[in-house]
Amino acid sequence: MTEIVAVSLLNGIVYGLLLFMLTSGLTLIFSMMGVLNFAHASVFMLGAYLSFQLGRWIGFWPALVTAPILCGLIGAAIERYGLRYVHRSGHVAEILFTFGLAYVIEELVTMAWGRNAVANSVPPSIDFALFSLFGSSFPAYKGLMMVISVAMFAFLYVALRSTRIGLVIQAALTHPEMTSALGHDVPGVFVLVFALGSALAGLAGVIGGFMLLTQPTLAQAIGPIVFVVVVVGGLGSLAGAFIASMLIGVLQTFAVAIDYSLADVLRAGGVAVARGSLLYDFVSIKVSTVAPIVPYLLLVLTLVVRPRGLLGKRDV
Amino acid sequence: MSGRAIAGLGVRGRHWAFDWPMRHRGWLATFAALVLLPLVPGLNSDFGRSLLTQMAIAAVFALSYNVLFGQTGLLSFGHAVYFGIGGYAAIHLMRAVNHGLALPMPFVPLAGAIAGVAFGALFGALTTRRAGTIFALITLGIGELAYAAAFMLPNLFGGEEGVTASRTRAPEVLGIGLASQIAVYYVVAAWAFVAALSMRAFTATPVGRMCNAVRDNPQRAAFVGYDPRIVRLVACCVSGLFAGLAGGLHAINYEIVAADSLGALRSGGVLLMTCIGGAGHFAGPVLGAMVLTWLEASLSGYTSAWLLYLGLFFMVIVVFAPRGVAGLIAMHAPVVRTPAFARVLLAYVVAAAPAGVTMGGLVALIEMSYRVSTQPELGTKMRIAGIAVDAASSASWVGAVFVATAGFVAFRATWRVVAAAWTLAEEQSRAVKGTSSS
Repeated sequence: MTEIVAVSLLNGIVYGLLLFMLTSGLTLIFSMMGVLNFAHASVFMLGAYLSFQLGRWIGFWPALVTAPILCGLIGAAIERYGLRYVHRSGHVAEILFTFGLAYVIEELVTMAWGRNAVANSVPPSIDFALFSLFGSSFPAYKGLMMVISVAMFAFLYVALRSTRIGLVIQAALTHPEMTSALGHDVPGVFVLVFALGSALAGLAGVIGGFMLLTQPTLAQAIGPIVFVVVVVGGLGSLAGAFIASMLIGVLQTFAVAIDYSLADVLRAGGVAVARGSLLYDFVSIKVSTVAPIVPYLLLVLTLVVRPRGLLGKRDV
Repeated sequence: MSGRAIAGLGVRGRHWAFDWPMRHRGWLATFAALVLLPLVPGLNSDFGRSLLTQMAIAAVFALSYNVLFGQTGLLSFGHAVYFGIGGYAAIHLMRAVNHGLALPMPFVPLAGAIAGVAFGALFGALTTRRAGTIFALITLGIGELAYAAAFMLPNLFGGEEGVTASRTRAPEVLGIGLASQIAVYYVVAAWAFVAALSMRAFTATPVGRMCNAVRDNPQRAAFVGYDPRIVRLVACCVSGLFAGLAGGLHAINYEIVAADSLGALRSGGVLLMTCIGGAGHFAGPVLGAMVLTWLEASLSGYTSAWLLYLGLFFMVIVVFAPRGVAGLIAMHAPVVRTPAFARVLLAYVVAAAPAGVTMGGLVALIEMSYRVSTQPELGTKMRIAGIAVDAASSASWVGAVFVATAGFVAFRATWRVVAAAWTLAEEQSRAVKGTSSS
């Protein structure tokens, strides 16, 4: 029992930190620009593919630096040559633009690397056992991921609250004209924010590519969960996103490990449900089967119980 | 608006037998088109009729989406949930009919509509607290939830294979069964016509107007005594009703409903249809549904890059024509009677040539990349628009880049001709307006 709990907890924290890596860039872009970037998971996927390709050419460690930078440049280009022109049509148009972009990026990735998953294996330099827990070893790349994820959180938290540029960014969101009149380049700030958010997504992609299959459907698979994290944590709240990521990560990992259904619980309590009935279909679903929808159940629960999200400032 | 008022004055006093058809000429033309289209040469095959059936279903679905999006300002990413649930409700009713329930098959889609309303009310109650970004996110989550749940209850949703039923094993009405595609088409078309009329009528009801008010300014709507949440909930129910009906029609047409009918791809598809067609006009979603259904049926057979073209087309629409294709057409209304309109059309023809060349070059690049990366087993030699190219030779890549670039440069030059013609036409239309009002 302790074994299952300890291993699940560790895996849950690892998964939660991965989710946070993904969400941090999205939250940054959303809280600073008000843009809900539907292509964020696609940039994450792009990061995974770029690191795979660059890793073959120049090795893993240089790729760890260059792939996020490339993603940042791509993000800057998206803002400068696309999103900026849609901005004046309002937030819905921005969402639609990034929604279309997600389609296009998925197809471009298919075009460049094919429909099947690429062999994005962990480089030997970080593929050793860091420690072992109940006989199962904990690989070093997961440790690296955890360090990077926590570092991201600390960096964003400090950068936005305590630096001059963070202040300018926040001012540019609420009072763009005033900020501009004071001599700050507001459109430039937006490009910077979008580039930074995309670079964070790219960095998450480099590490996340090892833990998830690097294939063109990666963005589709992970994208909706990232949005759930944002809503559950409270729209635009970085700390909320961190807590929500960990919560979803741990809950989902535990759900996978539980091989019981409601029917088993009922049976233990002396209640039997007739086989073949619709009710039996419901109660006989194993908790481990429900695991993939845990984030969405949490979303609905949040809406009913606490609509503003964990640390959100306003009702959603 | 003023033009319509004047026209109304002109016909007042005429006999109703003339007045009524004139006022409803759009609907009468639609009705005639729905009746006659499957008999037109080219569309009178089973393929053509099946395409028309799909278009009609997609049109109802897109119109139902626009009750939320265009009319109430709610951007949904999970609209296929209602479509899929409607489809499942209808297919289970079809199975009951197959097992002896005495219900004529053409009424089966009503089960979809009822299921759609029920789930519209359920999910609407959860989601309509706020509009905008949050609504979009929550509908996305609910869409994923429904899709995943479909796999967890295999007895109800049929798992991977879906649920099947037969539309022919049923009591016949007036001796007509649903064996042939044309019979299916007429049933679907009749429902589509009724649905479109009802949704049009809904826009004119007080609650339909309040939807617009809530879209434009929820605070003010609340201030005059209408709870925006209730108004949005009503819109969700109406939208769910017609989306469910569309799902029911889908069930009749295909005789199978699987989990993909409530998936994210279909939700995205209806969003694309509505935006490409134009959410600001009632006929926009219908236009988008027809264009996209036709493109998908005709293009997806030729190219594996169909989704890339669709995504690019959608982005171009969002950036350059936020009001969609219907908006582009409506934009011409003021200038269509000016003398310079002929010049505008001529300019379009001039600009279309280099635009076509640019697209040809881009298509060649995309198709060659796809062939190399996704279908290497087919070899590198291929034909694009009748021209033989070899994706292995650098000459074809350089050539395609050159064609695309040269075309684009020429297009930029010809665009000035279009702009000049437009300026002239707008001046003339303003001049006409000036004289008529003085």
